Amino acid sequence: MMNLSRRRFLKIGAGTMAAAGSLDASLHVLAGSGKPAARGTRTVPTFCNLCFWECGAIATVRDGKLWKIEGNPLDPLSRGRLCPRGTGGIGAHFDPDRLRSPLLRVSERGEEKWKAVTWDEALSFIAGNMQKIKAEYGPESFAAFIHGLGGKFFKQTLRAYGTENIAAPSFAQCRGPRDVGFTLTFGDGVGSPERTDIENAQCIVLIGSHIGENMHNTQVQEFAAAVGKGASIIVADPRFSVAASKAKFYLPVKPGTDLALLLAWMNVIVGEKLYDKEYVDKYGLGFEQFAAEIQPFTPEWAYPETGIDPDLIRATAREMARYRPATLIHPGRHSSWYGDDAQRSRAIALLNALMGSWGRKGGLYIPAGMEIPGYPVPPYPKSEKPPVDNPNNQYPFADEAISTGIREATLTGKPYPVKGWLVYATNLLYSLPNQAETIRAIQNLDLFVVVDTIPSEIACWADIVLPESIYLERYDELHSEPFRQPFIALRQPVVDAPADQKPNWWIAKTLAEKLGLGAYYPWKDIEEYLAARLKAAGYSFEDLKRDGILPGPQRPIYFEDGAPAVFDTPSKKIEFYSAQLQKAGFDPVPKYTPPEQPPQGSYRLLFGRAPTHSFSRTQTNPLLMDLQNENSVWVNAVEAQRLGLKSGDYVRLRNLDGQVSNRVLVKATERIRPDCVYITHGWGHTSRMLRSAFGRGASDSQLITRYKTDPLMGGTGMNVNFVTLETEV
Amino acid sequence: MSRFAMVIDTRRCVGCYDCVVACKTENGVPEGYSRDWITEEVHGAFPTLQMEIRSERCNHCDNPPCVSCCPTGASHVHEPGGVVLVTHDKCIGCKACLAACPYNARFIHPDGYADKCTFCIHRVERGLDPACVSVCPTHCMHFGDLDDPQSEVSQLLNSRPHHALLPEAGTKPCIFYLT
Repeated sequence: MMNLSRRRFLKIGAGTMAAAGSLDASLHVLAGSGKPAARGTRTVPTFCNLCFWECGAIATVRDGKLWKIEGNPLDPLSRGRLCPRGTGGIGAHFDPDRLRSPLLRVSERGEEKWKAVTWDEALSFIAGNMQKIKAEYGPESFAAFIHGLGGKFFKQTLRAYGTENIAAPSFAQCRGPRDVGFTLTFGDGVGSPERTDIENAQCIVLIGSHIGENMHNTQVQEFAAAVGKGASIIVADPRFSVAASKAKFYLPVKPGTDLALLLAWMNVIVGEKLYDKEYVDKYGLGFEQFAAEIQPFTPEWAYPETGIDPDLIRATAREMARYRPATLIHPGRHSSWYGDDAQRSRAIALLNALMGSWGRKGGLYIPAGMEIPGYPVPPYPKSEKPPVDNPNNQYPFADEAISTGIREATLTGKPYPVKGWLVYATNLLYSLPNQAETIRAIQNLDLFVVVDTIPSEIACWADIVLPESIYLERYDELHSEPFRQPFIALRQPVVDAPADQKPNWWIAKTLAEKLGLGAYYPWKDIEEYLAARLKAAGYSFEDLKRDGILPGPQRPIYFEDGAPAVFDTPSKKIEFYSAQLQKAGFDPVPKYTPPEQPPQGSYRLLFGRAPTHSFSRTQTNPLLMDLQNENSVWVNAVEAQRLGLKSGDYVRLRNLDGQVSNRVLVKATERIRPDCVYITHGWGHTSRMLRSAFGRGASDSQLITRYKTDPLMGGTGMNVNFVTLETEV
Repeated sequence: MSRFAMVIDTRRCVGCYDCVVACKTENGVPEGYSRDWITEEVHGAFPTLQMEIRSERCNHCDNPPCVSCCPTGASHVHEPGGVVLVTHDKCIGCKACLAACPYNARFIHPDGYADKCTFCIHRVERGLDPACVSVCPTHCMHFGDLDDPQSEVSQLLNSRPHHALLPEAGTKPCIFYLT
């Protein structure tokens, strides 16, 4: 990240109103009152929406104006402390570039020419066109891309309408390969929040996972606690990450060769009999076949692939074994890298299995959830057509819809046409690889609806854009995910929306009513809905409104404390050798294929996260822009010198397909290998309506024209693009 | 008496900027300015590297050059606690303190006065930690009284290796970094 001076930052672009100057009109009105605000402060517990971690928080309003937001001490996720994005979350309310009213396209798609319309006009337009698609093609020809908790009611309306073609890029473009790899091995995924017992781990292995830069709050808190307690940290990463700076062992692995490293580690651990034999005998299946398969993959074999000294591979394998079962090989989260990602994740799962860490303290615990009955709705219509995203079950281990599969069907019309899209809370041009394919698919649509809080790039291509109120202005579905400590969290409004923005539940419900599907919303408003759900679960809405968080009954989370050792694989065992993979024609034990290497003079493009921003959706938040207002391209210091570049220069990145990025700052650093460059995701905005973000930094998404599809589950490996650096004059 | 100080554990810090943004909201620091910041110091050559990440701010020095150079008395030491503060309506914005501070910790607020970290004295006097300390997700920051040998900050400094910034400047800084 850029090291910003605390003095005058670069001014964020002409036309941007200063945050402090832009709120007055909207914020002197208290939520619901419509009257001038009273003096004094008041607090409202709610939960954050800056990322999917959804931390419990307490917002403070001072003299009627949103002042600050802090962690809710009752919340097991935040433990009373938010991350920088959460702390800066109030900036989303003040964001001068927010969508303010529904917008109807009045020119060609993508030209960003709009007419403001009323909600009634907007939703009537959408409902009318959805009915046309249903009549002509069937309801399955309307598909949706939905991210996060706020999408719940859109899914409800669309299921009622008759389509199940609803995908989230968080599967095929993010955590899907990981969860498939773990499910193949243990019968269950890693979940979100992840079941990683970082705070009790004595040895933590991070493979490309940059905790501390990716700011998943509880994980970072636990990681810092583990470092504070002296846990042994092993980091394999082409970049000397923040986590690497805390590590006892840093392995500067060559990009794309992680699976070779994992196989060599397992080779040492099996060869030297360092694994948890009792655990493997008790819970495992196919260990002997597995051991035979990995026998050739010695550290000496891995050395030319990974660039990691065999002695270092041995030393780190022994280090892991020393602390087992409190050795956590972190599964990571964003895992769609090279196209063999489910198998790489399976290798991570297998290494954890050798350590006996699944279900054990300091490993991967068994999370505890809560039973909250759903609000009863009529049965959804049964679809006559199979899901459009994975025809003929081409990706047999995809257990969620494949977003790129929906795009492919929209492009080809096969297995049947897709004529309508709804996109909620995901900037699809930044989340799917190959932007040109997405734009071509959009050209085949009869109706394209985007629901967002800001005019994202994908919104620019819509026929109609619906402005959602932000999390501090609305109620939402309850939040309750399995975790160490079960909990229910409530999001509730802190302040009014500044203009004609509406909450997702209202939009989805009103659309359903216009579609004649009001029976699926048998409640007046969301407060009635939430109160009924909580009552059915035996909790009080009033208590939850007061505290923001209600803890559920604690249950054992480790095998040793009585958590059930259940493995939902076909064999009901930990599958060291996977018969189901073998039967489907895949490697039953992961095998390594060397990745394509960058052509002479070019670098592999890697991307990741910064702690100060989320995806591509926070670059108009004035508070977060004050922390970081552009990204930079990390270039190895020696390479930079060879190219005549120094930190602070601007370059453009050109990929092998001729895509040229926006100009981006050079960070010449020792902290990266010479064969790759690195940028943080979410920059280089092209939407002219994102005035404060427009043209700042480079977009990895624009440069990811190539992707490699995972044959097991349809994930899109995106670290397969190579770039050259062009000096900016 | 008491002597307020901050002890920051660089082993735990991940440089996430939460301290920076918390200060901005708590204190209404205007857009484009900040009272605290993150520094990364890297030594070595790839892949044999060491990195220290620090959350930095006004050091509330025991020998503060910004106070001794101030022509109006706006910059002063607030007791108890030895916190260096600026009285806004006494400050004429002459920038002598900006030049005198070896840590570059001050800036001129758009309203015309010299501004910087206050150790969140308005919170401390109510028994709270400074905003940056209270939000830190890594629990790397500690605030307390150096004159109290039982305080967490005193005990950390007694038990862990640490350093301060630019000790050679002779300012006697009161922010310490555990290594």
